[in-house]
Amino acid sequence: MSKVAASTSTPVTAPNETCANCNVYRAANLKKLGVSLTQTDFVVALAGNPNTGKSTVFNALTGLRQHTGNWPGKTVARAEGAFEYDAKRYKIVDLPGTYSLLSTSLDEEIARDFILFGQPDVTVIVADASRLERNLNLVLQVLEITDRAVLCLNLMDEAKRHGLAVDERQLARDLGVPVIPAAARSGQGLPELLQAIADVATGKAVCRPYRLANEPPALKNAINELVAKLKTAHPDLPNARWVALRLLGGDERMAEALRQGELGRLERPASVAAEAVLAK
Amino acid sequence: MSEAVANPNPQADAILQAAQRLRRELSGDLHEQVVETIYADAARIADRAVTRPGVKVQPTFDRALDRILTSRIWGFPIMFALFALMFWLTIAGANLPSGWIANLLVDKLWPVLREGMNAIGSPWWLTGFLVDGVYLATAWVISVMLPPMAIFFPMFTLLEDFGYLPRVAFNLDRLFKKSGAHGKQAMTTMMGFGCNAAGVVSTRIIDSPRERLIAIITNNFALCNGRWPTQILVASLFLGSLVPVRLAGLISAGAVVGVALLGVFFTFAVSWGLSRTVLKGEVSSFSLELPPYRPPRFWQTLYTSLIDRTLFVLWRAVVFAAPAGAVIWLSANLKIGDLSLAQYLINGMNPVGLLLGLNGVILLAYIVAIPANEIIVPTILMLTVLVTGSAEMGQGAGVMFELDSAASTKALLQAGGWTVLTAVNLMLFSLLHNPCSTTIYTIYKETGSVKWTTLATLLPLVLGFLVTFLVATVWRLFS
Repeated sequence: MSKVAASTSTPVTAPNETCANCNVYRAANLKKLGVSLTQTDFVVALAGNPNTGKSTVFNALTGLRQHTGNWPGKTVARAEGAFEYDAKRYKIVDLPGTYSLLSTSLDEEIARDFILFGQPDVTVIVADASRLERNLNLVLQVLEITDRAVLCLNLMDEAKRHGLAVDERQLARDLGVPVIPAAARSGQGLPELLQAIADVATGKAVCRPYRLANEPPALKNAINELVAKLKTAHPDLPNARWVALRLLGGDERMAEALRQGELGRLERPASVAAEAVLAK
Repeated sequence: MSEAVANPNPQADAILQAAQRLRRELSGDLHEQVVETIYADAARIADRAVTRPGVKVQPTFDRALDRILTSRIWGFPIMFALFALMFWLTIAGANLPSGWIANLLVDKLWPVLREGMNAIGSPWWLTGFLVDGVYLATAWVISVMLPPMAIFFPMFTLLEDFGYLPRVAFNLDRLFKKSGAHGKQAMTTMMGFGCNAAGVVSTRIIDSPRERLIAIITNNFALCNGRWPTQILVASLFLGSLVPVRLAGLISAGAVVGVALLGVFFTFAVSWGLSRTVLKGEVSSFSLELPPYRPPRFWQTLYTSLIDRTLFVLWRAVVFAAPAGAVIWLSANLKIGDLSLAQYLINGMNPVGLLLGLNGVILLAYIVAIPANEIIVPTILMLTVLVTGSAEMGQGAGVMFELDSAASTKALLQAGGWTVLTAVNLMLFSLLHNPCSTTIYTIYKETGSVKWTTLATLLPLVLGFLVTFLVATVWRLFS
């Protein structure tokens, strides 16, 4: 009995290196856990513009059947599911689709609060490859908040249909995070995505996310001054620049978080924070 | 320690003061500067990654289709035609399977269950309560609701998957703006056509609290799943029969579309009224993205719409129908003096009901069915059997009868004093009455306010009383 349990919990070792990199092998290592959310090792957030296929990716990884629909704004609450990959259990949270994290509508707040205060181990940003520029606006904002992200360049098939070619290597170099081209509706790219999620979660891949640098000088100085102050108060705050920007903008929620010491808690290990947010 | 209480977080306050000072020193719109920075960087990075190799592009299909589907001239007619076609297919297609299911569950299984209960020596009241109350109500709901839903939902989901819904929103956007509401309300209204509780939750996409409240309060005017069967059944029994047989389906479908459109009209009218009275304010602008058309994944859509929508809604109906069946059976069998409890209530409400062109049975049914609109028709039929006392049709007090033929259903309702006016007003009242309890609870959760929840609950009910009263009065003047 115990033998069986032990053998399922250890990862299946690949016969050789070629196998380890093969899609068939990697996909076979995925176990869809549906809604059994107990004892997960990592928390993954799914962010992205509306109607880019977040829920499709979510369903493909968890085996759940969140209703998907071809229109923006379908997911307005968080959906949670789980999967197991390489003997690690992941909780995955499908966030509402948003164009930005700067405004005050409830869906944007849900997404932003989770990425910021929930501190997921990995944030997967699902982007529409055929509308890359507009999608990058959100990507850049997410990268300001977290430095553990994977960009899933979804709808590659549609981009191709529109005669677009996207150079994912160039993009990965510029953004400083793994970029995985995919067509989630037909399952393309999902094995690679899983591997990238695992790499970032376990620290095998280290991200050096692109940070905005071209603000007007006056704004930049103000941000730097505030960042210095924030760093003295919370030396380990991972996204002081972004918090400074929000405080400058008079974001009441952020000011409240600072007063209540919620920002201080961002210095804790990630999974603990995510559990705390999810429990709310 | 005492200092900490007086000033809980001096460090944070210092930072916040610095932020305030720096904000004052900055010139120009900070938000705009930040957004511009992001856009500039995004454009630069995208430019480096995206290329257009000389392939001749074919966006012409999407464009051409959009030009027709969202055109000022053709947009609306196509929309109506599409929805009318869906209702017609639903009405025409659901009749036969409904009869089969009723035949199986009511004609065949029900007597077997009764005899089985009698054979094991169950007392009459237990057999009545379980078999005539709980079981029959459930069987009724399944045979009335399953076929139309199994036809309608997959079609609707296919349209959704194809990408048509945002085009509908686009068409309606201008009207919403004119009525002082948010353009995104078009999306939440569409959602409400499936389920009002889901529609209310979906208003989270609207950022202005004022416009969100308007969207929440008016969502109930989108005819939901639970009400489609009532509309379809009443329209085909009473309105379809006014014309020759070959036109019957068309007329019934037209009537249902008409009621749905009336709901859309009320959405605009009430939004307009609210935005000029209790919810005054500016209309905020937004951009609506028209996603590309995608070939719907046929089998998967079929599967998910059957599992997620059809069975989900059916299950909800069954869960509420079983206890409602029990309640109706009890109220029909609990006697106070000569009359049963149900009869007392019906007699009490009859004068008001008749004034509205309805009757006491319908009003009582709407009280019993507050948890779920789905069980309106079965409830009405059970109560009608009770008041008409047509024992040969029914099987005794509070027992639902065989409903395999539409003709006998109609005959029963006519025995209960139903006219075309009753049918028309029932369709109107089904559109205009309080939301179901699930929706009311959702509204409370989303607004966090008893005041707005009460308004959202009572406003449609008051409108329903007004409209049915007006229609009844005008009707009686001219006939």
